[in-house]
Amino acid sequence: MAYGEEMIKALKDRGQQLRRDCIRCIGVGVAGHVGGSCSSADLVAALYFHKMKVDPENPEWEGRDYFLLSKGHVAILQYAALAERGFFPVDDLPHCKDIGFYLQGHPHLGTPGIEAGTGSLGQGLSLGSGMALGLKMDGKPNRVYVLVGDGEMDEGQIWEAAMSSSAKKLDNLCAIIDNNGLQAQGRIEDRLPSEPIADKWRAFGWNVIEIDGHNMEEILTALDEAEGCKGRPTAIVAHTVKGKGISFAENQVGFHNRALTKEEYDKALEELA
Amino acid sequence: MAETNQRNAYGKTLLELCRENKDIVVLDADLGGSTMGKMVEVEPGLEDRHIEMGIAEANMISTAGGLSRVGKIPFCSTFAVFAAGRAYDQIRQSVAIGKLNVKICGSSAGCSDFGDGATHQSVDDIAYMRVIPNLSVFVPADANETAAIVKYMAKHEGPMYLRVNRNPYDNITPEGAEFVPGEPVVLKEGTDVAVFACGIMTVKALEAAKALEGRISVKVVNVPSIKPLNRESVIAIAKSVKGCVTAEEHSVIGGLGGAIAEALRLERTPVEFVGIEDRFGSSAHNYDDILNYLGLTTDHIVEAVEKINNMM
Repeated sequence: MAYGEEMIKALKDRGQQLRRDCIRCIGVGVAGHVGGSCSSADLVAALYFHKMKVDPENPEWEGRDYFLLSKGHVAILQYAALAERGFFPVDDLPHCKDIGFYLQGHPHLGTPGIEAGTGSLGQGLSLGSGMALGLKMDGKPNRVYVLVGDGEMDEGQIWEAAMSSSAKKLDNLCAIIDNNGLQAQGRIEDRLPSEPIADKWRAFGWNVIEIDGHNMEEILTALDEAEGCKGRPTAIVAHTVKGKGISFAENQVGFHNRALTKEEYDKALEELA
Repeated sequence: MAETNQRNAYGKTLLELCRENKDIVVLDADLGGSTMGKMVEVEPGLEDRHIEMGIAEANMISTAGGLSRVGKIPFCSTFAVFAAGRAYDQIRQSVAIGKLNVKICGSSAGCSDFGDGATHQSVDDIAYMRVIPNLSVFVPADANETAAIVKYMAKHEGPMYLRVNRNPYDNITPEGAEFVPGEPVVLKEGTDVAVFACGIMTVKALEAAKALEGRISVKVVNVPSIKPLNRESVIAIAKSVKGCVTAEEHSVIGGLGGAIAEALRLERTPVEFVGIEDRFGSSAHNYDDILNYLGLTTDHIVEAVEKINNMM
């Protein structure tokens, strides 16, 4: 194993911790993005607790790596990661969506650790591409990571950004596709089928790595490989399970943005323990 | 000699600014030879400061948002219909909500691209740029003012939209004057009717005032800053006359007329609009023909001033 067992376990635990934070924050009887948060949790844990250079004390530190949540509807997951990483108090998480509070329903510039506002799907990759381009123009080593939803690939702008990023040889840019196969109100294959995803990104000039998005060793290996790839951006196609870790939510369309009953809430936290 | 084409003023000013400030970059969507953003790349040493983004305006605007977050000052140019229209959501979501330091140039604006017809004529861009919170909207009267505004945009933080005319005409504002956002500028004093105008219609407002000399005393007010717009200044001007007229190369809905009427909403001042009456443009063989077809001539302003003057 290239990565120590302890580290792998610690990162897996982080993924579970972020899921629990999300559930606690969403609470009972109020709609929240359970499914997509759980599918992305291991990827986000690997980035914030291992791969990315960040400084919670100085969120705008010049040497930092950048993370953009293009699938901005799972903001709560990023907030959980930022809070657990020390950017702001974990106790603030339940106040998400309070009027005027710094934790808005979608990532909002001004929140410590948030690099840009996202949520109108399809725009995060372009924003990340611009950051990567500017950093490259200045010869800086910072890397840019953008988490893209597979449903989000319906948006044409994703493919504009895909073309543009490879044309500009942005090897400091890494897109991570959370391929859970579901979107807000149905299965992707029943709407605008996105397969073959890996072939599409390859055809657009990207280095493509396919992984199990819940296998921590595969995630870490892919992130390192992406960093080593020169001359083109990397797309990590992470095969995931929407609602991962919560038996009754796994792979269920209904848990995209749904309120939990008290029983579901308790069971979810029990399973994620 | 001063430049008389707003597009050239845009390109030349950016070239000067790029020499001084290494952070300024210019993005174009395959129209840099028309917006004149491309003037930057012909200078040795500045080639990489012009970034060709291809025919993908949405991606251009969001990319500019990203560039601004790592310290660049991006100017994005394309035709106004594509900048403000096609990339509306990117301007709103990627740029304006976060107050990112992105500068957008809507070029060949209004009906100044007379030959290409309705698809290329922005009769509506001021309205839908003006309604976006945090976004400033500037409409220069001429090339001199364009240069002044571009300098201001480069120097000051925040998202801004600049509306640029395609065609050359003589300057009416002085070269080298400083641009002050928010303030309407009185170009000619008068006591009967004030004409608030922007873009080429400011030229026509001056002509109308001259045509009415001896009959109606017309105050001509240039409004390069549609937003922000100092409400008190507008009210003070309105109170100095009997009534007001607005004149713009844009729909009468939501543009300069709307901004002035909103500013005067608690005043007892009649306001008449000279603008495009809720319709699209058309192809034409020259600029004057399309301006006449859409009701944007000196005579239209004269008629509106007379109407207001006769009311009082």
